[in-house]
Amino acid sequence: MTVTGVAPPAAAPPVPAAGTARVTDRRSARAFVDTHVAPYADAYDRAGRVPEELLRRVAEAGLWAPFLPPGAGGTGMDWVTLGEVHEEVGRGCSSLRSLLTVHTMAAWTVQRWGSPEQRERWAPAFAAGERLGAFCLSEPGAGSDTSGITTTAAESGGGWALNGVKKWTTGGQRADVFLVFARTEASIGAFLVPRDTPGVEVRPIDDMLGTRASMLAEISFTDVVLDKDALLGPSGFTAGMVLTGTLDLGRYSVAAGSVGIVQACLEASAAYAASREVGGTPLARLPLIQAKLSDMVTDARAARLLLAEAGRLKDAGEASTIMATWVAKYFASTAAARHASEAVQIHGANGCSTDYPVARYYRDAKVMEIIEGSNEIQRTTIAGQADRERTG
Amino acid sequence: MTDTKGQILGFVRDRYPQAEITESQDIFALGFVNSLFAMELVMFVEKTFGVTIPNEELRIDNFRTANSMSELVTRLLAEPAVA
Repeated sequence: MTVTGVAPPAAAPPVPAAGTARVTDRRSARAFVDTHVAPYADAYDRAGRVPEELLRRVAEAGLWAPFLPPGAGGTGMDWVTLGEVHEEVGRGCSSLRSLLTVHTMAAWTVQRWGSPEQRERWAPAFAAGERLGAFCLSEPGAGSDTSGITTTAAESGGGWALNGVKKWTTGGQRADVFLVFARTEASIGAFLVPRDTPGVEVRPIDDMLGTRASMLAEISFTDVVLDKDALLGPSGFTAGMVLTGTLDLGRYSVAAGSVGIVQACLEASAAYAASREVGGTPLARLPLIQAKLSDMVTDARAARLLLAEAGRLKDAGEASTIMATWVAKYFASTAAARHASEAVQIHGANGCSTDYPVARYYRDAKVMEIIEGSNEIQRTTIAGQADRERTG
Repeated sequence: MTDTKGQILGFVRDRYPQAEITESQDIFALGFVNSLFAMELVMFVEKTFGVTIPNEELRIDNFRTANSMSELVTRLLAEPAVA
């Protein structure tokens, strides 16, 4: 593996507070985030990365892949609770939540589709955070349009030869193993590619609009030789299911993170409106400000309920969770973008500065409308269901 | 028609209510199957009949018709569970 184009960080990110308790539910997640994440998130944003110490704290808290079964190193955390946990992390820092999202996608894919040998090799390391995963789908010429990917995996010498370029890979600067989707002769397959495999080149992408500390990268795969068992899941018509399922979990986590952004906007705006006065009157008493706050309260609750419903359906193994997750992600991400804009508006010039976190929320929220399927793709898919129901 | 076939047909018809589908019709030939529907179909079969479909059984011939899916379920239910 080669790393090129590494620019020195603007400043080293601060080290989070000492002492880490296990995260088992929303309450403990909130405590973890308020202690180790939220106070430093603006500094992470400016540094363009999160520190290794925080990644270790996440591991100590058991946050990397708690949904894995106990035998694989997890705790068997249910999806409703995982959604609550990712919401809390997203409330504190969308960059860290993004790292959790892509790691979740890689770990779940191994657990769901991997052979016993693949699960034994990767799952415990994913659960412990000893190996961090990243999700490689988007390319310079293909994002939400997955049919346009050009990275190829050709059968060669009893294994695979991987060639292509992946872009916008969250966590790519730091991940230890990449879950790469590539075109095979039959369909699109999922391949696990360790970072140190010869032919893998990582180029950091810095200065993005939002989630600036999520350590994005462009990754080239040039004649990368993989063993036969690098392929995860079935081949043939169901190979696309691996991608569908992986993206479903990505959307679920992004929806959760978006709820967290709305909540963060609400908390910051309510605090500011209570303390800031205009002509001797607190902002919180002005009807136009109250309207913004009331919409934040309402949408936070609505988005949270949609997320919980998608999680409940996942826990029940119901196929309808996929559409429920589309709806939750669409609603929550658009709400996050809208309310982050209003949060900046409430803060005025202060909101445009680095003195308050709402500018970061604003930049991060925009990203939520694009990743894991743009909201235009979301609406097209949701409208497809409406059409089916109409003709029923 | 067995209850298994009936439930599978019910699921497919629920997703595509405008189509007339019989237990022996090839849903791939009818153009209904995309990756989203395939995922929903596999989740439905696993949830409804309490089976786990191993990767090697995720073949197109096992999912072409309600008949073939029913046969797959019957076969999986007859096999001893593998840890």
